[in-house]
Amino acid sequence: MSGSLLKVESLTKHYGRGTGFLRKTEPAVRAVEDVSFSVEAGETLCIVGESGCGKSTVARLLMRIVEPTAGRVIIDGVDIAGLKSHALRAWRRRMQMVFQDPYSSLNPRLTAGQIITEPVENFERLRRKQSQALAAELLRKVGLAPDMMHRLPSELSGGQRQRLGIARALALQPSLIIADEAVSALDVSVQAQILNLLMDLQQQLGIAFVFISHDLSVVEHIGHRVAVMYLGRIVELASCEALFAMPVHPYTEALIAAAPVPDPTRVRREVPVEGEVPSPINPPSGCTFHPRCPIAVERCRIERPPLVPMADGRVVACHVRAPALDIHAECSRKDADRSEAVNPELSFAVGRSDFP
Amino acid sequence: MVFTGGGVLALVIVMALFAPMYVRDPMNMDPFKTLQPPSAAMWFGTDNLGRDVFARTVFGARLSLTVGLMVVASTALSGLLIGVIAGYHRGFDSIIMRVMDGLMSIPTILLAMALVSLAGSGLSILIVAITIPQIPSTARLVRSVVLSVRERPYVEAALCGGARAPKVLWRHILPNTIPALMVQSANICASAILTEAGLSFLGAGVSPEIPSLGNMISSSRLYLGLAPLTVFAPGVWLAVTVLAVNLLGDGLRDLFDPRLKRRR
Repeated sequence: MSGSLLKVESLTKHYGRGTGFLRKTEPAVRAVEDVSFSVEAGETLCIVGESGCGKSTVARLLMRIVEPTAGRVIIDGVDIAGLKSHALRAWRRRMQMVFQDPYSSLNPRLTAGQIITEPVENFERLRRKQSQALAAELLRKVGLAPDMMHRLPSELSGGQRQRLGIARALALQPSLIIADEAVSALDVSVQAQILNLLMDLQQQLGIAFVFISHDLSVVEHIGHRVAVMYLGRIVELASCEALFAMPVHPYTEALIAAAPVPDPTRVRREVPVEGEVPSPINPPSGCTFHPRCPIAVERCRIERPPLVPMADGRVVACHVRAPALDIHAECSRKDADRSEAVNPELSFAVGRSDFP
Repeated sequence: MVFTGGGVLALVIVMALFAPMYVRDPMNMDPFKTLQPPSAAMWFGTDNLGRDVFARTVFGARLSLTVGLMVVASTALSGLLIGVIAGYHRGFDSIIMRVMDGLMSIPTILLAMALVSLAGSGLSILIVAITIPQIPSTARLVRSVVLSVRERPYVEAALCGGARAPKVLWRHILPNTIPALMVQSANICASAILTEAGLSFLGAGVSPEIPSLGNMISSSRLYLGLAPLTVFAPGVWLAVTVLAVNLLGDGLRDLFDPRLKRRR
């Protein structure tokens, strides 16, 4: 689909495969395996999963803070995963990041104004007046008083600092902001403020978000579509309403069941998921979730389930649920292939080449 | 500690700096007044060649401080450069650090003696000889700070904002190396002063007629019983200078260490 703002194809990151002079060969940590998705202009794609499932690595791969082992990150038809650093700089303007920790992501030696105008000053020379005007404008955008530009980060509260981080991300007027656990370090009341700020900014400026979180209530609040990751892979990708109304993958089901809901009347399905997340150094064979899965069958142990597009537009990687629920999988797949350009709901179908 | 060390050091520095204005010529010999006891004119008496011990001590401290400061400046600069390159550019890292390991194995005194016998004695040779073995520890220190700071989210944020590597280094990484570098510099200064004195004592330092604390102790040690001040004056001066520098270093470390700051 050409309309996508961002398209990620088979993104893969293995850590610690370094072989070199005086260095041992270590087994690779498979942090991210074959992750594909797309983001439309102005929408919010959430990535959820337990800690260690590779969701932060996806964010860092998108920003090219870490180099991908394989795969493509396509913005406006250009694959930035292969760009050299000087060519990459131009694309930095399109995509910015809000970091998790509002304390360590701001240089303690710089003032608020210096921090938020730095990205612009990397590209053009600003006069003192211009940069002050820019700082004031950015601060106003994120709901801070313009006279805060002379403060140091240590003089600000956590919420104010995170607003500063958002102002810095806005400075280059990006069309996509990647927010890596952007609210998880904040108090709940401040979380809501920041989330509302992000949603307001999205409405005003039409910015798309890739919002990474482990907090399902946050995701439900802000997300348009949700990708669920487990052990470096996407196991289910669906629209937010569909995912929360009817999770298909047993892991999604377990995640949603495990999330506390402040509503005593709501019926919760108990899904017994036992054990720990396996090590990404030596992931289980077949479906990586099968050792913990309550409905696993023999096939899950041997064969990795591909992401199968379902009738309602979601994609799920599960041998048991995906074929069972989706009687028309075969026809809709053919339809999807034929009508790729017209049907945006189906076009994020991931790893379709894997389909048996 | 900063104030005690800094105060004493400032006194020593001021005395050394203005030495030519208030003491006699330290090279002037008087064969009729050798090994004199202290007097109003010559506070520490004279040595075996009739030279003013006080004048020689103050001028000796001048030389010690010059060596200390020059060694600190050259180690800090080269250590910073090497450490930043090694820490920021992982490709050079293992090569540079192996070279540093090699440099670390060179004994200072041996290198100085070899250089002096090759190039003749002189202040610049002495500074080079003392500097070279000090570079690895500084480079390692800077490298370790760079390695830890470059992983901080605000450095990643700067890169995401499109900052070029030199700007990231200059604005976000280098300022963090300064505190550790200052503490390390104080320690290097103290050990450089001691090494210079040791080398001069052994005759591998500056030439014997130039007043240096090590030279003075070396040439006067035979007359320790007759005129003890000829040895003790430069010895005590040396000890006080080094102590002041070390106190300053410790004080700086406490000042820059956030954990200690919070406790106070």
